[in-house]
Amino acid sequence: MYLAPALVVLGGLLVYPIYQLGLISFFQYTQAQVSGGEPTTFKGFGNYSELFSDSQFWQVLLSTVLFAGACVVSTLAVGCALAVLLTRVRALPRLVLMLAALGAWATPAVTGSTVWLLLFDPDFGPVNRILGLGDHSWTYGRLSAFFLVLLEVVWCSFPFVMVTVYAGIRAVPSEVLEAAALDGASQWRIWRSVLTPMLRPILTVVTIQSVIWDFKVFTQIYVMTNGGGIAGQNLVLNVYAYQQAFASSKYSLGSAIGVVMLLMLLAVTLVYLRLLRRQGEEL
Amino acid sequence: MKLAPRFAVLLAAAAVAAGCAPQTSDNSSSDKDDKSGTLRVWLFQEVGNDPKAKVVDSVVTAFEKAHKGTKVDVEYIPIDTRAQRVKAAFNDPKSAPDVMEYGNTDTAGYVKDGGLLDVTKEFGAWSEAKDTDPTAKQSVTVDGKTYGSPFYVGVRALYYRTDVFKDLGLQPPKSMAELAATARKIHKAKSDLYGLVVGGAYTYGAMPFVWANGGELATAKGGSGGSYTSAIDSAAAQKGIKAYTSLFTSDNCPAAKCAVMGGNDTITAFAAGKAGMAIGGDFSHTAVEAGKVKGKYAVVPLPGVASGSVAPAFAGGNNIGVLKSTSHRTLAVDLMEQLTSKATQASMFDAMGFLPTFTDVRGAAAAKVPFEKPFVQTLAAGTKFVPASPGWSEIDSSLVLPTMLQEVISGKKSVAAASGDAAKKMNSAFSSAG
Repeated sequence: MYLAPALVVLGGLLVYPIYQLGLISFFQYTQAQVSGGEPTTFKGFGNYSELFSDSQFWQVLLSTVLFAGACVVSTLAVGCALAVLLTRVRALPRLVLMLAALGAWATPAVTGSTVWLLLFDPDFGPVNRILGLGDHSWTYGRLSAFFLVLLEVVWCSFPFVMVTVYAGIRAVPSEVLEAAALDGASQWRIWRSVLTPMLRPILTVVTIQSVIWDFKVFTQIYVMTNGGGIAGQNLVLNVYAYQQAFASSKYSLGSAIGVVMLLMLLAVTLVYLRLLRRQGEEL
Repeated sequence: MKLAPRFAVLLAAAAVAAGCAPQTSDNSSSDKDDKSGTLRVWLFQEVGNDPKAKVVDSVVTAFEKAHKGTKVDVEYIPIDTRAQRVKAAFNDPKSAPDVMEYGNTDTAGYVKDGGLLDVTKEFGAWSEAKDTDPTAKQSVTVDGKTYGSPFYVGVRALYYRTDVFKDLGLQPPKSMAELAATARKIHKAKSDLYGLVVGGAYTYGAMPFVWANGGELATAKGGSGGSYTSAIDSAAAQKGIKAYTSLFTSDNCPAAKCAVMGGNDTITAFAAGKAGMAIGGDFSHTAVEAGKVKGKYAVVPLPGVASGSVAPAFAGGNNIGVLKSTSHRTLAVDLMEQLTSKATQASMFDAMGFLPTFTDVRGAAAAKVPFEKPFVQTLAAGTKFVPASPGWSEIDSSLVLPTMLQEVISGKKSVAAASGDAAKKMNSAFSSAG
């Protein structure tokens, strides 16, 4: 009963929008219906079957999963490596590294993307000049455009991983680490056999967070590849949903994509938690 | 399962709630026709809006004087966010304007959304309407009914660098084949310049190539339904697509840089002195004047396939219409006519350089300003308009044509395959839009 007020607020803020999302996805609901030009009609699973029979959707889904996966792995690798580094360096470099990371974290995604794009600009960018690449365009090729966006995503999301993992490492009793070091364990061995098991709950949280963030990436793709790249080669699900829902005013189809994304993320999270619980860990 | 009872409750709640559909607005036409009160007008906020506002103010003052007890409230809305504003206005008639300016490619979409008032009778009875040029008339017409009055037209032609042409001893091209050859000559002699700067996302720069080769975007199906079938994959259209996409090569405009460009990017490149030629509109004049190439360029109509002919251009521009939800029907229609009258369009041309939609007014305007001559010539040679189907908005916003062009340019698909796919997407948009 004490939970009632919190539940009401949560329900209002969470359940209602999701309910609306689900509801709209079962109707024919475009601008014409919203503004009353045409009656709203119930389509059942019509929007979903339209979506699933669209080959572009599957293609976008595949590239989203691969891209998000690559982002999560790179973010975690960079974040954890720098967290370990933080524990090994002196106070001043640590402060500098922290500040730099926080700066990257605090930069709005739109600004960050625009700056990255400028750095890699074929005509004016410093990167091409330093590397001597002439007027090579980074956003023309599919993989190179995805790679460029990946760099930006990693840059703006590694600080969260780094700070969280660093805090976690600090909480590990130093005797344990000393004992491992005395036993002659290498840095990598300590990380793999001592820190990883002890930090598992923290790593779980940052992994799930990163999966959710990177699966839903929008701004970076939208800004850096100009709304999905050449001939839509760099579309990810969220940008695709935006194109369908808002640019084309097909709100119901956009909602259907939203529901599919929601279910997928939920499934990933549940499976992951389940696996952890099997291993006898409690969050 | 601990979760089960809670889940059941949720399901039950959902079942109860499923009876209601998502919200819609009751945007039925208002039956009221008040003869006094406040009229709200939305016009686009242009870059350097003051001269426009001055012309509008004088029209409004005269209108308020002629109609006792009326007040006109003009608001200039930013062009970037107009789509959201207009959607919001359709969704909530209470906050909607009575009269509004809109881009002419949006006509059919807005009609389907139920936002615009049918003014066929009034427009037909208006003495000035008979001089409206046919393409402009077409841009306010859906299924034979008129939904507004044309405000100005915009059309594109070929900008070229007079200094570069003189250096290399070139003449402005007279045919499309010459255009491509000239472009390559420029790039060969001056490798830091694009010959003719083209963009893979520049639909209205590419369409003249399709039209000049005898292709069409879509053809109207017979009957009154006003339904369309895509013709972008016809042999003639494919020839045009090939002609345009073959300009994206390292000897003119390298695909790696030009495939992503839109219309504005090409104008920016030309204005910055990075191109020998560009396809730009009369409305790009200010941007080019503000650039490095001021005083070093001229304009000719974009040449067609036969030597000396003009490629059909896309007739862009804006219209002014009355919203269905207005409660001042007579007054609003009258104000629409005043804002788009011959006198207003003539002074709007002097103030902003907007090309008039009346053929006689436009002729007089062109005689005064030599810069406008090639554009008026292009208009006189015959222009084309996009299909008057609500499906067009969807085709436009889901980037069907840029995607097709980029697929060909980047070598992902052949012209036949890319245009076939585009035609499929266009047809599904046309049919779902009804």
